[in-house]
Amino acid sequence: MSDTHIDIEYTAKLARINLTDEEKEKLSGQLDSIIGYVEKLEELDTNGVEPTAHPHPVYNVWQEDEVKGELSTEEALKNAPAQRENMVIVPKVVD
Amino acid sequence: MQDIFYKSASELSELLEKKELSSVELTKAMIERTKSVDEKVAAFNSFDEADALAQAESSDARRAAGEAKGALDGIPVGIKDNMAVYGQPLTCSSKMLEKFVSPYDATSIEKLKTQGAVLWGRLNLDEYAMGSSCENSAFKSTSNPWNLDCVPGGSSGGSAAAVAAGEAVFALGSDTGGSIRQPAAHCGIVGVKPTYGRVSRFGLAAFASSLDQIGPMTRNVKDAAMLLQAISCHDERDSTSYKISTPDFVKALEDQRGHKWTLGLPKEYFANAESTPAMEPVLKAIEFYKSLGCEIKEVSLPHTDYAVATYYIIATAEASSNLARYDGIRYTHRAEKFDAKDSVDIYCQSRAEGFGEEVKRRIILGTYVLSSGYYDAYYLKAQKVRTLIRQDFENAFKEVDALLTPTSPTPAFKKGEKASDPLSMYLSDIYTISANLAGVPGMSLPCGYSDGLPVGLQILGKPFKEDEMLSIANEFEAAHEFKDQHPSL
Repeated sequence: MSDTHIDIEYTAKLARINLTDEEKEKLSGQLDSIIGYVEKLEELDTNGVEPTAHPHPVYNVWQEDEVKGELSTEEALKNAPAQRENMVIVPKVVD
Repeated sequence: MQDIFYKSASELSELLEKKELSSVELTKAMIERTKSVDEKVAAFNSFDEADALAQAESSDARRAAGEAKGALDGIPVGIKDNMAVYGQPLTCSSKMLEKFVSPYDATSIEKLKTQGAVLWGRLNLDEYAMGSSCENSAFKSTSNPWNLDCVPGGSSGGSAAAVAAGEAVFALGSDTGGSIRQPAAHCGIVGVKPTYGRVSRFGLAAFASSLDQIGPMTRNVKDAAMLLQAISCHDERDSTSYKISTPDFVKALEDQRGHKWTLGLPKEYFANAESTPAMEPVLKAIEFYKSLGCEIKEVSLPHTDYAVATYYIIATAEASSNLARYDGIRYTHRAEKFDAKDSVDIYCQSRAEGFGEEVKRRIILGTYVLSSGYYDAYYLKAQKVRTLIRQDFENAFKEVDALLTPTSPTPAFKKGEKASDPLSMYLSDIYTISANLAGVPGMSLPCGYSDGLPVGLQILGKPFKEDEMLSIANEFEAAHEFKDQHPSL
């Protein structure tokens, strides 16, 4: 097991998730042990190996830019937590 | 007479065609069965009785007019609660989407509708398909119909339990690292993860886009072939969907009957055979294939030991990116109280309230492996190891038609047993994960019992050779009684 220690405060901020103090403590312990486990990949020599992003890569997937099966504004907004006059209501972010 | 709710789709299809049964009668039988056992099994997040009956009535009307749409017309199919069905809830078993109603159909759903299937209910899962036990659902913990104290597996645990308990004729699940095959094994049913690209992912709530596939969960191989055939297609709305024709999987089962396959045993999967509780029925199944005259060969997948680590880097990295869309602004849960002076706190607080523990753990891990300074060491490294794992399969398939392995190291475990130790939960996916990394098709087939709980045989096939994989499974199934054995509820 390596001695990697995740900066839980910083990483949770990047992930946009507020954590309670108890969550921070619990998660950082668990994540340290998971990261310790995944570091076994360091044993492998991967010099010259191409990375795989997709198992069966397809390239240059083009299609005509046509409107199909569009949603009405009403339907598109139906799941919004708050809305008015065909717009999503959000809190004020600038003074 | 065998209970109607345990009849297979192919049997039901015949009865419907001969007009010895109506879709309304069948759908009512499903509803009754669900009402009588789901209190114990808890497979369903929700179902809409009136809507299912209305679909069944339409099916009967079509049939009466001589306009039935094929083998699936009028047959109820359960849907994992992470696929979009227009007008129905789509929760991903998460508080984040507790009130979400789908504004469109997933491609697989659209195809089932075109073929007249009755879309039946929303089946429980580990939140956002992240888990191996269904215990990570924000709403309920599904029970294994064979032993209610045990988990059904996950993440498609609701789909597996519903099919095993006769609450659906068959169901759709999704598989990112074993989420169809492992619960199928634990619940004694057939579960198929197609080749990556065979089935469109459009309308499936994304977890890890380079690994996710939708697939059938059924009580026998022929039903799996029928359902896979029904949902396979090239789809321009999923740019990773593969341009390849869909074979007649059902016909292939007959055409390939009696073929002498060359089957590989990856030695790394059998290294700990003695300490693997689920191994005995698997070894017997291998003996069965030998007795058929199939050639059994030992092969090697040398990078097996690195698969779980590779998977948990790639899957969490993709998840952290995919789940960024759940921001509390447009269509999800939104926190009522947040720090209005901090412009991002509305995201952070909505996500804190909406996501459960495992989802937070994976998003944060994924964020970490992608973050500046760690990207090369973790994410890029894992992508390179993924290449090595893929090459292992390419090499093995030069020698054999398919691979035989256990689906899971153990039969279903007790609820709570692994809930506090995420790493041990992750390691229970050890036999299934590589297929997703390599993009090859895989399936689980009931092959026996261990301590009264079902055990699955996993068959891994060559890319886009699901027909061969299903035919290999069909030989075993035809000579055994497992498909007709059901839990007593």
